[in-house]
Amino acid sequence: MSTPQTPAPQTAPAWQGAPGPAYPSYTSPIPVVRTHLGHAIGSEWTKIRSVRSTMWTLGVFVLLVVGIGLATAALVAANAGEGELSGENPLSFGFFGLLLGSMCIITLGVLTTASEYGTGMIRTTMVACPSRGRVLAAKGVVFFLVAFVVTLVSAVLVAMVDVALLPDAREPSGSEWLKGTLGVSLYIALLGLLSLAVGSVIRHSAGAITIMIGLVLAPLVIALFMFSSSLEDLRQALFEYSIPNQLSVFYSTSLTETGPSGWDPLWIALGVTAAAFAGAFTLLEKRDV
Amino acid sequence: MIELEGLTKRYGEKVAVDNLTFTVRPGIVTGFLGPNGAGKSTTMRMMLGLDRPTAGDVRIDGQHYDRLKDPLKYIGALLDAKAVHGGRSAFNHLLCLAQSNGIPRSRVHEVLDTVGLTAVAKKKAKGFSLGMGQRLGIAGALLGDPRILMFDEPVNGLDPEGIHWIRNLMKSLAAQGRTVFVSSHLMSEMALTADHLVVIGQGRLLADTSMADFIARNSRSYVRIRTPQRERLLDVLHAAGITVVETGNGTLEVDGDKSEAIGELAAQHQIVLHELSPQQASLEEAFMQLTAESVEYHAHTDPAAQQWGDSWRRG
Repeated sequence: MSTPQTPAPQTAPAWQGAPGPAYPSYTSPIPVVRTHLGHAIGSEWTKIRSVRSTMWTLGVFVLLVVGIGLATAALVAANAGEGELSGENPLSFGFFGLLLGSMCIITLGVLTTASEYGTGMIRTTMVACPSRGRVLAAKGVVFFLVAFVVTLVSAVLVAMVDVALLPDAREPSGSEWLKGTLGVSLYIALLGLLSLAVGSVIRHSAGAITIMIGLVLAPLVIALFMFSSSLEDLRQALFEYSIPNQLSVFYSTSLTETGPSGWDPLWIALGVTAAAFAGAFTLLEKRDV
Repeated sequence: MIELEGLTKRYGEKVAVDNLTFTVRPGIVTGFLGPNGAGKSTTMRMMLGLDRPTAGDVRIDGQHYDRLKDPLKYIGALLDAKAVHGGRSAFNHLLCLAQSNGIPRSRVHEVLDTVGLTAVAKKKAKGFSLGMGQRLGIAGALLGDPRILMFDEPVNGLDPEGIHWIRNLMKSLAAQGRTVFVSSHLMSEMALTADHLVVIGQGRLLADTSMADFIARNSRSYVRIRTPQRERLLDVLHAAGITVVETGNGTLEVDGDKSEAIGELAAQHQIVLHELSPQQASLEEAFMQLTAESVEYHAHTDPAAQQWGDSWRRG
């Protein structure tokens, strides 16, 4: 924009037709700052850390991921016979905790946007920052970083303890380490980011959480009951691209031999989240708050 | 300064705001008056860029609201007291607003002090009474020390002390040269605070006038008289060319502000008066007359209306 935005016009604005009499105008002693994304991010950081739902969802998440991850490894260590574990990737026992824990990240992602509509806070937020896209972007950045860091710390902790608990299992390769910690953490955080975009579109916490949990579980459950052979291809696709299976790809324990492999799930999640954000941005600009 | 030009908002077939054009000038308190459902809140939301107008334009000091780079320093708005996340403390609520506009943290303490919430700054907003919620909303509006202030029904839920406080606050803010725009559906409240009056009904502009003009034009002033010597007084007033209206309960009414003349006449003729008081018809009545046709939700007060349950008794 080329027009200067400096405040305190002591005269009537130029676009006005007839020059009115000069009016008294109040000038504040508070310094004027041109706001940018950084301000919005600071604001969103204050918001996310100052409500109890953040502590609850993340606390339960860590409890599930670490608790189930360690319990699974302990159970395996106690019951595995001689040589049974020799071909196993010890990192893969972190899967169960993360799958359950993802529900917490989904909930937090949805609440980050949708709860503001539930409480009416969104009007205050949008008055303070009328650039709606900036608000959504700031929410996305703050939430993603929080979700990613918490997931990464939990996943690394579980991975290291599991490897130590299961000395009989094979030593995971470098790329397996990377996928089993960094890879899953990015995937879970992206899943949360997708929930945040859905929350912004649906504007209703319970509705958006239901949609996201359905998205995670429904394809797998539906595929389980597709017995007809004519549905075999669909069943296969639902299995392979279901979110739990995509998550397991990071541990090289996919349900099938075909379908996504390596880092594919991450690119899929990235694509879907980007599309959801494009939709959320467009709707946010178009709709009334 | 806020300028509205042909501002219109339609929800499907229903017109909420219909071609509104007026200007809110600085240095005075402008009252925005209308019955429930007249479109006051919708108009305010459009001013703040929350709702997109169907047609027309609204500018804040010549700019669109969403083009403002430091919005909270331009406009402070109290939309409704419930626009707060209940789980967040008053301090953190104000802090996140301050941060979004680069306002220093120390200012949060200042506004908490101004509205008298310092003692409960660390308490969650959901435990606040309606009045405390209003004060928190006002603290948010004052945060950027803005030159324009907008209050939507600010006295709702406040106790008399709070109402008194906000009246004085609005007047002092305007006296500092700020633009103050305040909506209400209570004419009596506006009469005490506003210098200028914008009245709307069913989204249409009904009046845009100074408060003094509105009062002069719309309120009938009269003198109420009670006297034991009714017949004599009537004769005297009649002889002086003053028209008297007899009301039912033994009092007399004379249109206009003639209490002094009447008092002198009575003294001259040694007539005893028990009451001689100048009266003004309430502005509330004037307001109701002005908006009568545009009130959307009428209560049925017609005594001849059907008795409750008539329809099914007959059925």
